[in-house]
Parts: sequence; structure tokens; C-alpha cells
Amino acid sequence: MVLNKLKDQVNGNKALTERGKWVSLSFTFGIDNDDYLISIKNGKITQIQKRNLATESGIFAIRAAKSTWIEHWRCIPKRDFHDIWSMLPKQLITLDGNLLPLIQNLQFFKDLIASPRDGKD
Amino acid sequence: MPNFEPIVGRYFTIYVEGQPCRIYVEEAGDGIPLVCLHTAGSDARQYRHLLCDETITKNFRVIAFDMPWHGKSNPPPGFRDNEYRLTTELYKETVMTFCRAYDLVNPVIMGCSMGGRLTLHLALEQAEYFRSVIALEGADKLEPYYDLSWLHRPDVHGGEVCAAFVSAQIAPQSPDEYRWETLWHYMQGGPGIFKGDLYFYWHDGDFDDRSPRINTKNCPVYLLSGEYDSSCTPERTIDTAERITGAKTTIMEGMGHFPMSENPELFKKFIYPILEEILGA
Repeated sequence: MVLNKLKDQVNGNKALTERGKWVSLSFTFGIDNDDYLISIKNGKITQIQKRNLATESGIFAIRAAKSTWIEHWRCIPKRDFHDIWSMLPKQLITLDGNLLPLIQNLQFFKDLIASPRDGKD
Repeated sequence: MPNFEPIVGRYFTIYVEGQPCRIYVEEAGDGIPLVCLHTAGSDARQYRHLLCDETITKNFRVIAFDMPWHGKSNPPPGFRDNEYRLTTELYKETVMTFCRAYDLVNPVIMGCSMGGRLTLHLALEQAEYFRSVIALEGADKLEPYYDLSWLHRPDVHGGEVCAAFVSAQIAPQSPDEYRWETLWHYMQGGPGIFKGDLYFYWHDGDFDDRSPRINTKNCPVYLLSGEYDSSCTPERTIDTAERITGAKTTIMEGMGHFPMSENPELFKKFIYPILEEILGA
């Protein structure tokens, strides 16, 4: 499961966590019909947990099909899958909730979500 | 003495819509004038690799200028009281005023993104003046896919958000150095300028109803689109080519929306044959 490694991958990336030092929130990350809550404090992931209750909610949500995320995490993704903002016009992801903190820190969140790319294809 | 690049930069003033605009321009080379138009929200630094490319500058006088409000060109006096919004008419007048002030005779014009779109307008309306047009990522119609108001508001850093939005348009294969140089230009744009440019690129500049009237025998049209461009996609470029009889299309594999700046080495492979064809015409 890719998300099991995400916390270590992000927290071990000093440049990324430094850029995200103003970010402290939880957001919802959707894979197929499953939602996960990713909690961040000062740019570091503190917890990733499966969402079990409707009352558990992130400030914004990014959701896509599992196959979309798998392609996104390839070393060289196919076009349209290579960036969450290139997925938008193709409607490969959905965005919901309060997008302000996402937009304020967009490159940080893009890089956080792309962290599972390991350079191997 | 330092090892200077061949680029020479100068300033001069043109009048557009009655307003003085102090323009910054860079040029290098001799031969056929090749006017280069930068993308929305950026500036002419995007063309620095072409300006330093002897294969090109031995036959072409490459000229790249910052549009008013961009790069080192000033906004017109009184700008503080006016929201910047690039219309089709303003853009055409600015470029034609620049070319005439420069006394250019029968130049080639190449533009990227909004600049590419403009070259199609010019291919129709200024076919006798321009030797040919090269539209990089410049389809005649696009579909907006995000809300432009995010680009200019006090609670979002304008430079950071512009760069973060367009970073999606760079191919993953492009060298990291040039990816971030391309994004740096966006980080340095003035407040609301990218948004104001996109008014032309996404709304006012649609041209698909007129592009079939372009006569490529009078003014040859070259269309190039990067594989990873998610706004001016290869499909939209092909659709544009189908509306312009005689237009020549190149799909650039492994390239995004900023060919001249995100991967200048790869871009040579695509632009050299076109410039050779223009040279031999």
C-alpha cells in the first residue's frame, strides 16, 4: 500500500517539509471509494488513517481512481496523469471542500502527493 | 572581460492605445527578423536559449521583447488605477506597433501559448507583412479549467500560485534546471498579470470561427504542440490544423507547454527544420 510509505517519504524530504512549514491541517485523500485522512503539522505528516465516519473530514478533498494514482506515481507518468493540475481538465480528479489552503500551498501538496515516485518505473 | 552572451538588451518607448509603454527588448543575430512572443504571465527570458543559438542566429535576427506590464517593460502610467486585462485588439496593436517601431521588414513571428494564439490572428490580418507564423502551443480555441480569481487575491501569493498552476504544463522529462527557471519567471510576474493575460488566452482570443480564413499560401503557418501540454493539447492543435488549410503540424513528444525554455535542447530538434524551411522558401 503506497500510503503506508508516504509518511516516511514526506517527512524524510527536508526541502519539502521546510517549504510546508506553515501547513498544519488534515485533508482527505480518496482512492476509488476509500477516503483517507492525511494529517499534517508544520509540513510533516503526523498521521494517515482510513476515514471510517462521515464526521471525520479533512478541510479539502482530492479524490481519484486507484488506477489514476498508480499512473501518477510512475517515474514518468503518461500525459494528463503527471500532475494533479493536469488531471483537472481531463476530470481525472475531483476537488472538494475549502480549497484555499490547497491553493495557498499548491506546489507543496503536489509534491507531497507525488512523493511515492521512486525514480524506478 | 567576461564571456558575454551574444544577447543585447535595450529599452525604447512605444505608444499603444495612446499610452506610452517603455519596452525592454533583447536581440541577437543577423538575417531574417524572427520576433518571439512570450507566454501569458512570463517574459522574454523564455527565449534566451534561442538568442544564444548560433545555428539560428547566423541566419535569423532573433528579437524577443517583454510585453507591457511584463518582465522589464513598464506598465503604462497610471496603471495603479486600472486592472490589467489583455484583449485581442490590445495585443495585436502592441505587437504591430512594436514591429513597425523596429522597422522590421517581412519578419517571421513565433509565439508561445497566448503568443502562439496571437500569431494566428496575425496570419489572417497581417498576411502580407509576416513571412510566416510559428504558433507554439497556440491552438485557436481552448477550454478554461480553473477559476482565474485564484491568481490574484490577497490571501494567496501570486507568484507562488502562478508557478504552481503552470508547473503542471511542464513535461516530467524536462531538465529540472530549466523546469525551475521557467517557473521562476512566473514567480516574478506582477500582481494580476497572468490572470489578465489569460483573459485573452481563454476568453477573448478564441479564433476558431476565423482561422479557416487564413491563407497559408500568403503566410505559411506552423503549429507545434507538446505532448504534455494540458491546455493547448496535441488534439486541440490537430483540430486547429484541420481548420487551417495548409498548416503544418508538429507534435513534440516529451515536451510540455514551454518548449523554448523547459527543454531547449529537445526543442532544437523540432524548430530547426521549420526555420530551415523558412530560410529556403
